[in-house]
Amino acid sequence: MTAGQPMDAAVGREPVMDGPAPDPGEGAASVPEPTPAPDDGEGSASAPKPVGVAAPHGARRVPAPVLNVLSLAAGVAVWALLAAHGVGGLPGPEAVGRRAVEMLRDGTLEGDMLASLRRVLAGFALGTVLAVLVGFLMGWYPVVRALCEPYVQFFRTIPPLALIPVAVVLMGIGETPKIFVIFLAAFLSTVVATLQGVVGVDRTLIDAARVLGARDTAVFLRVVIPAAAPFILVGMRIGLGSAWATVVAAELIAAQEGLGFRMQHAETYYDLDTIFVGLVAIGVLGLVMDRLLLLAEHRLTRWQERR
Amino acid sequence: MTDRTSPPKISFRDVGCRFPVRGGHFTAVDRVSLDVGEREFVTVVGPSGCGKSTLLNMAAGLVTPTSGEVVVDGRRVTGPGPDRGVIFQQYALFPWLTVRRNVEFGLRVAGVGAAERRRRADEAIALVGLGDFADALPKTLSGGMKQRCAIARAYAVDPDVLLMDEPFGALDSLTRVQLQEQLLDTWSRQTRTVVFVTHDVEEAVYLAGRVVVMAARPGRVHRIVDVPLPYPRTEETRLSPEFAALRNEVWSAVHHQAPVEAPAR
Repeated sequence: MTAGQPMDAAVGREPVMDGPAPDPGEGAASVPEPTPAPDDGEGSASAPKPVGVAAPHGARRVPAPVLNVLSLAAGVAVWALLAAHGVGGLPGPEAVGRRAVEMLRDGTLEGDMLASLRRVLAGFALGTVLAVLVGFLMGWYPVVRALCEPYVQFFRTIPPLALIPVAVVLMGIGETPKIFVIFLAAFLSTVVATLQGVVGVDRTLIDAARVLGARDTAVFLRVVIPAAAPFILVGMRIGLGSAWATVVAAELIAAQEGLGFRMQHAETYYDLDTIFVGLVAIGVLGLVMDRLLLLAEHRLTRWQERR
Repeated sequence: MTDRTSPPKISFRDVGCRFPVRGGHFTAVDRVSLDVGEREFVTVVGPSGCGKSTLLNMAAGLVTPTSGEVVVDGRRVTGPGPDRGVIFQQYALFPWLTVRRNVEFGLRVAGVGAAERRRRADEAIALVGLGDFADALPKTLSGGMKQRCAIARAYAVDPDVLLMDEPFGALDSLTRVQLQEQLLDTWSRQTRTVVFVTHDVEEAVYLAGRVVVMAARPGRVHRIVDVPLPYPRTEETRLSPEFAALRNEVWSAVHHQAPVEAPAR
């Protein structure tokens, strides 16, 4: 990712001497994963277990994806059960599924998803790019940090949604205010993480680079950026979450399409089925994007010692 | 081995370093003067807080003296440079780079071409015996292997001076002895001046031509002990009565200084 082609691919298989155990592969990211599976410390699978206490070995190592699917199926079943007993007029999975198929047929679901996705991507991309830039400047130059920090901290305390009225007054009712609030949500989460990453770079690594002859530019490109990368990626994942959280509300602003708009629209008609389709669509899109980022994170930070 | 008649390679001239602390100053190093000759192997030993690491960092250019100066090759030290390699106790490998890319780092920032870089890196890696691990990431290496990689990284840029800050302090005693032998072996075959900071008296005597014993509060040179044992040094050297006598001498110089309270860092 940087000029120094830092992340080398073909590694990790080497025999280990008396060093730490090799990465079990699925290292825990710094952000807690919503894992539905009963997790009794999977990472320590190689640790010796006390004899005669744990469950049989075969039962203990059910692969996580299988548990994920099982848990999902159980969730849907509970949902169907609740709906069947008429809890609060809750639509069941099959009703929602039917509605989703209808919406797919007439193209509204696809159009809404694309509209929302476009806004999230635009706001998120602008926000993270600027955040990485500003975060690095703040972390590297104390003057920039002192100048920017009050604003970052101040705006962080204001939920982006609260800025929607201001955005509408100042920017009208087009795409701009919607993308702006998403941008702000993504920016604020990522900028703080980047700052932490830069400030937290191990001093010894910078010293090591300098005694090897690296000047400021090389130290920055070859040490600070790769060392801060894990923080930035975590910040981006949090930023992505905020972006999705904001898009629905942003689509309150006189939108003509978008998942948020569709749900608002359905609300006036008590159309719970459509609202549920929107909810599930947002969840799925958010999850897919988060997984993609997580994949990038794993590829880019596989050098990290994970616990 | 050591030529002390020619001008010194490293010259600490009345060098001092004070840090501001709450309610005054902490004098880490107080007016130290010391000459290290070309190709000399000097160890610096002393209780913690005696400023031995600060002294080394001033020679490396990582810490600026508040008084006096450090002169290397007749030039005043104003910052770090590839003419002085530094080995840190914490290895300080770049964890996102493989062993080979770590070793190539100094050559890369110096703009050395890919083929030449690779050749010199592989040479340094072979020298420390990490040939089979050139493509491994640091996290898969043991402590001793990490430090060997750090040493190879320093060798690759071929510095005249090697400054080592308790490099083997975190290793088990078996690995430490191995790395000591390896270090002496390369040193005797190359033309390099080594300043080696340690808190291990045995290590200090085994490696050095001269042991500088420092005292704390303020950090200063307490005594300098010559080690006239011939190189190459071996297992026999360690077991010889001469070695034992020198070790005892350095030991008492370190431990029977005027009592100091627990040093604050």
